[in-house]
Amino acid sequence: MLRPESEAELSELVAQAAGPLAVQGGGTRIGAPAKDHVGLSASGLSGITLYEPGALTIVVGAGTPLAEVEAALDAEGQRLAFEPMDHRGLLGRVGTPTIGGVVAGNVSGPRRVSVGACRDFLLGVRFVDGQGRIIKNGGRVMKNVTGYDLVKLMAGSFGTLGVLSEVSLKVLPKTEMTNVLCITGLTDQDGVRAMSQALGSPYELTGAAHAPVGPDGEAATVFRLEGFESSVQYRAGKLAGLLGKFGQVEIETDQQKNQNLWQWFRDVRPFHGQGGDVWRISVKPTDGPGVGHALQGAELIYDWGGGLVWAQTKPGFDVRTRLREFQGHATLVRANEATLAKFTTFQPEPAPIAAITAGLRARFDPRDILNPGLMG
Amino acid sequence: MDMPTPDPVVLAKKESLVQRLLSVLPPDAVVHDPVETRAYECDGLAAYKCPPLVAVLPGSTAEVSAVLKICHDMGVPVVPRGAGTSLSGGALPTADSVILGVARLNGVLETDYDNRFIRVQSGRTNLSVTGAVEENGFFYAPDPSSQLACAIAGNIAMNSGGAHCLKYGVTTNNLLGVTMVMMDGSVVEIGGAHLDAGGLDLLGLICGSEGQLGVVTEATLRILPKPEGARPLLIGFNSSEVAGACVSDIIRAGVLPVAIEFMDRPCIRATEAFAKPGYPDCEALLIVEVEGSEAEIDAQLGVIEDIARSHDPVELRASKSEDESARIWLGRKSAFGAMGQINDYMCLDGTIPVSSLPHVLGRISEMSVEYGLDVGNVFHAGDGNMHPLILYDANKPGDLELCEAFGADILKLCVEVGGCLTGEHGVGIEKRDLMPNQYGTDDLEVQLAVKDVFDPGWLLNPAKVFPLDVTQSRRGG
Repeated sequence: MLRPESEAELSELVAQAAGPLAVQGGGTRIGAPAKDHVGLSASGLSGITLYEPGALTIVVGAGTPLAEVEAALDAEGQRLAFEPMDHRGLLGRVGTPTIGGVVAGNVSGPRRVSVGACRDFLLGVRFVDGQGRIIKNGGRVMKNVTGYDLVKLMAGSFGTLGVLSEVSLKVLPKTEMTNVLCITGLTDQDGVRAMSQALGSPYELTGAAHAPVGPDGEAATVFRLEGFESSVQYRAGKLAGLLGKFGQVEIETDQQKNQNLWQWFRDVRPFHGQGGDVWRISVKPTDGPGVGHALQGAELIYDWGGGLVWAQTKPGFDVRTRLREFQGHATLVRANEATLAKFTTFQPEPAPIAAITAGLRARFDPRDILNPGLMG
Repeated sequence: MDMPTPDPVVLAKKESLVQRLLSVLPPDAVVHDPVETRAYECDGLAAYKCPPLVAVLPGSTAEVSAVLKICHDMGVPVVPRGAGTSLSGGALPTADSVILGVARLNGVLETDYDNRFIRVQSGRTNLSVTGAVEENGFFYAPDPSSQLACAIAGNIAMNSGGAHCLKYGVTTNNLLGVTMVMMDGSVVEIGGAHLDAGGLDLLGLICGSEGQLGVVTEATLRILPKPEGARPLLIGFNSSEVAGACVSDIIRAGVLPVAIEFMDRPCIRATEAFAKPGYPDCEALLIVEVEGSEAEIDAQLGVIEDIARSHDPVELRASKSEDESARIWLGRKSAFGAMGQINDYMCLDGTIPVSSLPHVLGRISEMSVEYGLDVGNVFHAGDGNMHPLILYDANKPGDLELCEAFGADILKLCVEVGGCLTGEHGVGIEKRDLMPNQYGTDDLEVQLAVKDVFDPGWLLNPAKVFPLDVTQSRRGG
């Protein structure tokens, strides 16, 4: 495993690489090293370069452990609002998740539905492209339209366009209190209806999820409110009134319970330690139940008001063929080797888009050495 | 400001070009009379003008595709145009170019409240997107000052912001999908009503690419439920530094206002004379707006007032009624017009880290003395997006050049303190030649390579964004 300690060393290693590199941060997510690739870990590029709580910005080495970033923010009462999931439980990995890995995978949790994804909080990047050139784009300020936005392009490119060396992120204040409203026993369709109604209300939810088999074993539809105490209480009351027609609404105020509940959804806990394939499907929220129906037999969890469907299927089950009528995409997050031989990790793109993607990859990585084959 | 010399070969093709365009568009959609093309000779950066060879006004994605195919075949440069409100010259033509205006593409294609999106044609104006959904209690969040006139196509091209983006983000954070016509006439669909990309985030790349990668004809936009209410607070200070510190403290306190706007004394005086909003005569003024129910607003304003008091303000005025709110915003909204009453002005758009605010404001006033040109500052303080307005006299020989040199120095200062050349207006031609101040050769080269992929012939808005000498070999080829 190559483990450069500086951006200059990283640049040299990539420029001199004779063959494919398996680029990773802590190796806890999608894109783990293929057998015949030389591993390249960014974990040596670690440390907080700059943190200005008053400007809501942090600049960190890409290999910085996520926990270190979160601890620094926590000490100032701030956080990464996009709530990145921890993939270790789902994928059965050990290791230290890095901030670069979060950015490379555009990893975003339940709060994404209202505040935005990792890519929406990414202000700037430094990376080394496939020729070893050191490139910067964006910066550390919140509004920046100077030149093309390669920042968004790098978020979610899974190391296939360049190896991230440094990232700048917008952070937000932590909130004073969380309340969770819960309705039990709803069908998937009614759960999504209730979530659409709630997300279309002025009460500023920061999460809306539904599990046909929830943490307590029965169907649970949950709604999260965060903010100052008086505001949360006011909105919880209003929202409970609005949702009353769907069923009895319980309001949970225990902060620890609420945190655990949302981690359960964020990390798709019921699928941990099991043998099925796990798919992450992004569709229009009201298509969620239709997706669930088309995947009959799969275990399901709905996040983002129904727009994010997590499905656990039996190994080798052809999810994409069954979802042809839906617009969106399905990513194969967990699979055994036989499944991986059958399906690509990422949704195949229509020809004109695939041509653009291939063109970009050829410019950023003309030797095709950065995680080759991972994204098609 | 240099623009490329018009290509005589292209100029000579005008007649056949017009004939071919007329074969795919209705006669009134092809503007080729030299008197009429003058309507398209400039955008909001009115200091620069050049009538295009032809202007076309297609009415469908298919017509846009047909136009681009013809121009592609004939090697004619195309400059896409939304509503022509760009402040950076994004829609400035060259004499050998076709202006492709999307003004006729102004329909609403789909509204979906359960899924919280609207799909519109890209020529629709920003404000009329909100207009289409507000009866149902929704709105489209990005609100550039020109929102009454500016088109969604231009918003996407420039990744436009607005006063309320502190809370809601800019265009790229509210754009879900596009239908885009490539320079060769092919039509691509990117994104949709679902969230995030299944592969590379091409949507994020296209937003803010200043019409250089393709022509967006349709857009899927996120719409949000309207808050129950909103109210501003006006705070006056005797020093810009203290106002800057107050902004930082508000942000740190965990309150997330929808807007924090800043005006300095020259702007306050100009707007007071112009619109009489009843502002205090002080060094710096903040307008902070919060949203929610009445009780939530009171609570948030209470927190902000406490913070403001600790900074010894000369004025602290929370709005208690719709009327008072309107008066507080009146001055801010008429600030540009007020400065325009005094003289011609150039509006800059650099962004800086909020912590550098006092230093940068201090340097700007020093430079103002050195250059002998007055400056007013009015900007989005919450996110450090500055809008210095430099006053000059367009009729005085040499004044524009002096003003531009001053502006360039301010933008270089923004980059020096860790900021950038443009926060929401775009590079266009205005900041094109300053790009090497922010980006090195390789940083720029990789951006040019992106354009190579989308538009290998460099026909789409070719003389913008990058310094001409950097793009010369590509534009020639």
